[in-house]
Formats: sequence, structure tokens, C-alpha cells
Amino acid sequence: MSEQYKSSTELERVPVIEPGHTFGTVTEKISAIVLTRPASNGWFLGFGIAFMLTMMLLFATGYLFLKGIGIWGDTTPIGWGFEIVNFVWWIGIGHAGTLISAILLLLRQSWRNSINRFAEAMTLFAVACAGIFPAIHVGRPWLAYWLFPIPNTMGVWPQFRSPLMWDVFAVSTYATISALFWFVGLIPDLATLRDRTENPTLRIVYGMLSFGWRGSARHWHRYETMYLLLAGLATPLVLSVHTVVSFDFAVGIVPGWHTTIFPPYFVAGAIYSGFAMVLMLAIPIRKIYGLEDFITERHLQNSAKVMLATGLIVAYGYGIEAFMGWYSGDRYDAFTLWNRLHGPYAVSYWALLICNIFVPQVLWIRKLRTSPIALFFVSGVVLVGMWLERFIIVVLSLHRDFLTSSWGMYYPTRWDWMTYIGTIGMFLAAMFLFLRILPAISIFEMRTLLPEAEVKE
Amino acid sequence: MKRDPIYGIMAEFDSAQALVDAAHATHQAGYKKIDAYSPFPIEGLAEEIGFHRNEVPLVVLIGGILGGLTGYLMQYWMAAVDYPLNIGGKPPHSWPAFIVITFEMTILFAGISAVFGMLALNGLPMPYHPVFNVERFSSASKDRFFLIVFSTDKKYDPIATRKFLEALNPRSLSEVPS
Repeated sequence: MSEQYKSSTELERVPVIEPGHTFGTVTEKISAIVLTRPASNGWFLGFGIAFMLTMMLLFATGYLFLKGIGIWGDTTPIGWGFEIVNFVWWIGIGHAGTLISAILLLLRQSWRNSINRFAEAMTLFAVACAGIFPAIHVGRPWLAYWLFPIPNTMGVWPQFRSPLMWDVFAVSTYATISALFWFVGLIPDLATLRDRTENPTLRIVYGMLSFGWRGSARHWHRYETMYLLLAGLATPLVLSVHTVVSFDFAVGIVPGWHTTIFPPYFVAGAIYSGFAMVLMLAIPIRKIYGLEDFITERHLQNSAKVMLATGLIVAYGYGIEAFMGWYSGDRYDAFTLWNRLHGPYAVSYWALLICNIFVPQVLWIRKLRTSPIALFFVSGVVLVGMWLERFIIVVLSLHRDFLTSSWGMYYPTRWDWMTYIGTIGMFLAAMFLFLRILPAISIFEMRTLLPEAEVKE
Repeated sequence: MKRDPIYGIMAEFDSAQALVDAAHATHQAGYKKIDAYSPFPIEGLAEEIGFHRNEVPLVVLIGGILGGLTGYLMQYWMAAVDYPLNIGGKPPHSWPAFIVITFEMTILFAGISAVFGMLALNGLPMPYHPVFNVERFSSASKDRFFLIVFSTDKKYDPIATRKFLEALNPRSLSEVPS
């Protein structure tokens, strides 16, 4: 009876990995993308465009170093323009990778095994893009090392009571731990590539990178302990990172920033945009490289559900912000709300509500949740919406605060846009290279999902 | 000391189940210096070859404590001892403001200790190892499962051990030159 019940519910669920695969076929299929499949014209075209955009980023930052940040639209009172908007946007995107690799591991969500590797790569590249912005925003970027507690001729140390310093430590810890997590997860797969490749040079390269991994039971035992502990450490870390990012705002007294809802609402927003990016990457990758067997409808649906849930938390955050604007009785808070709805940037606020709250509600419909094209479109809308959210937080609060005499307007220049679009290019260029050089899906974790991996005592 | 020209005898199996059973039988038969190789972590396999605990958690704990202490003491020394600055009338030793960086440094040190501790305890990096001398061993990272009895084991005997492993019904059997 119970057996029957089990099989009927299993039938209804789309599998994490299509039936018929063995250890060998999983290995061959994933490693072939790296080892034997020639790079297509489409790959060269995509990488070429992304690479040119990366060059544009270099050009824009080179000119910035030459001229100073006057080439940007930042003016008093809006000292934080695109640079902080983009920084928060990129950091947020990275959060989904850690959520998938660490939190879903602790929750024993084995479906994560097909998407954790490239989601972690996405985290790494997104954090790299994010890190550029504060560094070039300091005005004299050659002195950016003052952010770290490095002895200098003045004898003075960084100001540890400032959330901006906390942010430096949070983001650099996050970047380090993400890189370690990603690399250590690759070690067994690099050993697989070492044993599969027929190119003697590549065998040495992969052999060195794999540290001579041989899959000993003792090694696996320590490896699994380490992996679990690292996941346990990365979980509070990822929650702390966007919390600390929100402190950059919430500790200040500017109306629209000084609220306690910021930390949870920032974390939810980060995961929201991160899953949108995961879907925007996963949908074309599974199609182009024929990985529909490994990244199934189930993965798309689950990601869509996470997006729907975090999107509702974000909507709740907007609701509370609006409610507090009215309920607090603080005239500056009330004005901030009015300014969002009717001020000179009202279009961006209304667009935000459409992108982040209204459009994603279509994910309640099962048919759209399982349609790759619809999901791709919704994810794009969410990414735009989350960018607008940060624009509204940064620019709308700063441009009209307490005194009308210090009001102003922010107009991004072409250099702002070139830097922003340039980081998107850099992110994509890194993703294109990653797909060709390293296994985009964790091979050894996929093996554990196969029925033949189960062992009885 | 002269090194034995033979590192061990290695048996190849088709499935994870066969490897676990073979490891169990070999360990039961009194062989203690054995190892098993698989393309993915198999639950309970390490226990079958007599490996029950590892020191990774201890290394991580020490790393985490050191990280937390480093984080807090660094801030205390820099902000309250070496160069106290009066910022907005806040006390130089503003401990609540130091908690965030203390937390981040705890995670940083613990995470680094986890990865490097695991590698060090495993004796990695080690690009060369005698087991790689067996040509079929390249499948250990794909779909084959291996069991080895080291020649340093007390019960090891070139003929008797070979016979014992043969009885476990392996797919192939090879001597591993050291």
C-alpha cells in the first residue's frame, strides 16, 4: 500500500535527472562540453560582444582615473549615484548562488546539484563586478587600500564604527569564501577532466588544479565534513552580507533609509534578483548545450517558486515602507513617499511596482512557471525591477531630503552607463569562458543523484 | 629501509554496492591498511575501512575562534589603543560597533581553515601517487570503484591476499607498483 502511494506521487513529480542515465553517461555528457565539443560560432559571437563591452568598461574606468569622478552624474546632494546602485544590484545577484550551494545543501534539496556549480560561478563573477564600483567610487582609487587596516604613513586606522567599514569586511569575506567554496567543489571534477582528456598538456593542467585528487574514502570523508561545515558557515555569511549592505543606508538618518525593515527586505530582494539571473543563465545554457536532462522542468519550477516567494516578501517591504511613511507621522518620511509617487522620478517608482510586484504574479500560473520563454521574460523584468529598486533607494532619498535649499537632481552621464553596461559585459565574458573551461554542472554531485549510487548496509 | 616494490593489490568493482560489500569483507578478514576509491562520496564507506572520525571540525573550530579574536582585538587595538579618534562623542572602545567585523572575521578564518585543513589532512596537493600507476584507475573518477590492500599491512601476503581479493569477485585485479 505504502509502496503504491510512493510510486504514484513520484510519477507526478518531474525528476531532477531524466531516467536512463548512468555514472558514465553523466560524466561523458558534462565533460564533453569542455573537452571535445568545439566552440561554436554562436559562442565566439557572444563572447566577442561581451569582451568588447569589457573593453568599454576598461575605457570608461581609464578615462575616470584620468579625469576624476566629475565625468559621472554624481553631484551634491546625490553623492551616491549609479556606482552604489550597481554595487548593491550586483552583490544581490550573487546571493542566489550561495543560497543554492549552501542553504539548499543544508536543507537537503538535492535538486540543487544540477545548478549549484554555475550559480556559484555566477556569484563569483557578480561579486567581482560589484567590487569594482566602490573601489572606483572613492575618488582617488590608488588610495583604495586605505579601506583595509594596512599601516600607512599617517598612522591612522580605518573607522570601525562606520557601516561602510563593516561592508568592506563583509564583502571581501564573502568574495573569499565564495571563491573557496566554488574551487573546492571543483576539485573532484577537475580530477575527472584530468582522467578524461586526451591532451597531455591539459592533463597536466587539470592534474595540478585537481591537487592530485584520487577519490579515496578517507579523503571523501574529510571532504564531506568540510563541505557541510563550509555550507554552515556560508549560510549566516550570505545573510549577513546584504544585511550589512542595508546598514550602509539604514544607519544613516536620511528619510527613506532610516528603517528597521531594511535588512530582511534587502536579503529577500537579493535572492529575488539572484534567482532571476540564475534562470536567465540556465534557460539558454540548458537549451544550447542540450542539458535538459539535468536541468529539468523541476529546476525551473522550483526557481520560479523561490522568486515568487521572495518577490512577495519584497512587496511586503514596499507596503511597510509606504505604511510607515504615513503612520510614523514624520513629515519627511511622508514626503519621501509622496515624492516617489508624484515627484520627478515617479516613473521609476511606478515601473518598479509593475516589474517587481505585478508582472511576477503570473508565476502563480503553473503553465507559465514551466515555460522557459515566459520565465526568461519574467526574470528579465525582475532584474530591471530590482535595479530600479536600488535606484529609488539611493537617488530618490538623497535628491530631496530635509531642506529645500539642498535639493537637486541626478542625471547619469554616458560614462555612468558605459561603466554599468561594461560590467554586464565583463560578467557575461567570464560566464562564456567558464562554460568552455570548467564543468558547468557538478559531475560528482550528479552521480550521487543516480539510483545506482544508493548503497545498503 | 628498503621500499617494497609493490605498493599494494588493487581490485576493481562495478558498483558502489559491490565496493562497500568488498570493503566490509576485507576489513572483517583482518586487513587494516586498506583504502577504497570511488567517483563520488559513498555514505558509510569510510566506516567500512575503519575510518570513523576526522579532525576537520576541530581545525574549523580553532580557525573560527582565532578569527573572532583577531577581528575583535584588531579593532580594539586600532580604535582604542594605537590611535583613538573621537568620532561623534562615541567611546573609543565601542564594542557593539565591533561585532559585525568580529563576526565576518570568524567566518573568514573558519572557512579558510575548513578548506586548507581538509587539504592538509588529506595530504593534498599530491599530483603523483602510486595508485595512478594502474592504468584502469583513471576510471575511478568516472564509473568504477576500487579497493586496495597496502603491502604494509601486517596480514599482507602477495599470494594469499590476491586469492582473498579474487574471491570477492572483482572485475579486475592488479598489482600496484610503488
